[in-house]
Amino acid sequence: MSDHAGNASGSHPGTGTYLAIAAVLLIITIVEVGVFYVPAFKPILAPVLLTLSGVKFSLVVMFYMHLKFDHPLFRMIFTLPLLLALGVAIALMFLFGAFGLNG
Amino acid sequence: MTPAAAHYTSTGLDNKKLAFWAFIGSECLLFGSLISTYLVYKGRSVSGPTPHEILNIPVTSVSTFDLLMSSLAMVLALAAVSRGDKVWARFWLGTTAFLGLVFLGFQYYEFTSFVREGLTIKTNLFGSTFFTLTGTHGAHVAVGVLLLLTLLVRSFQGKLGPEKAINVEVTGLYWHFVDVVWIVIFTVVYLIQ
Repeated sequence: MSDHAGNASGSHPGTGTYLAIAAVLLIITIVEVGVFYVPAFKPILAPVLLTLSGVKFSLVVMFYMHLKFDHPLFRMIFTLPLLLALGVAIALMFLFGAFGLNG
Repeated sequence: MTPAAAHYTSTGLDNKKLAFWAFIGSECLLFGSLISTYLVYKGRSVSGPTPHEILNIPVTSVSTFDLLMSSLAMVLALAAVSRGDKVWARFWLGTTAFLGLVFLGFQYYEFTSFVREGLTIKTNLFGSTFFTLTGTHGAHVAVGVLLLLTLLVRSFQGKLGPEKAINVEVTGLYWHFVDVVWIVIFTVVYLIQ
């Protein structure tokens, strides 16, 4: 099996990395909830929360789903539909006036 | 499946894993459309309850933590299966399934409390989009729990050795995907009101 890429063996990170990622995910979640309750963050709440959410998303995908270490084809198969979904979401929000640009 | 009997594509990649990534790619579009619909109709309900009146952030934060920790248990289960450690493989698979069931329990509590407070799928646009989005996610968690319990049973039958680690890996991919979808839902639906 080791002759082939994309197996369950080989270049996956170790337990220490998994635990470190879990700790970071936990800390970011606590920060997210904390930011939600602080009135001073209200004007920049959405960008801050979306950034933190993006970091959590990336950490899980790269380290727990092993996309950072796996074959580039897997990365492409996941990333292209993800970008397409993101594009559709932004286009629909423009169309329905969610950004307040179409009166 | 022995290594010799494993099926590989012309790229040298395991076809089961390749197919699963393609499935996850299609799931991105499914959840992308549901989250888009939620965002498009956000703030357009003509009657209550509205999100800030009804969403319980402390409870959902705990269920989010629960799902994140289930992802940790899942990768530890894969590591244990890959090194042929049956005891820890069963422990972590069982833990992941248990944490998934706890998440579903939180969702059941949330849904029933919302219904008691007057928010159903028919009440307003928020109710329709909220229950459709989070209900679809919950159904995915339920499927994931069934997959995990199946792996646990296979382990107790002695049919989940290192040569079958790819089955645990693709189940793990599904489980982590369900987790990342919740990361987005928690931010977009619960925190950005």
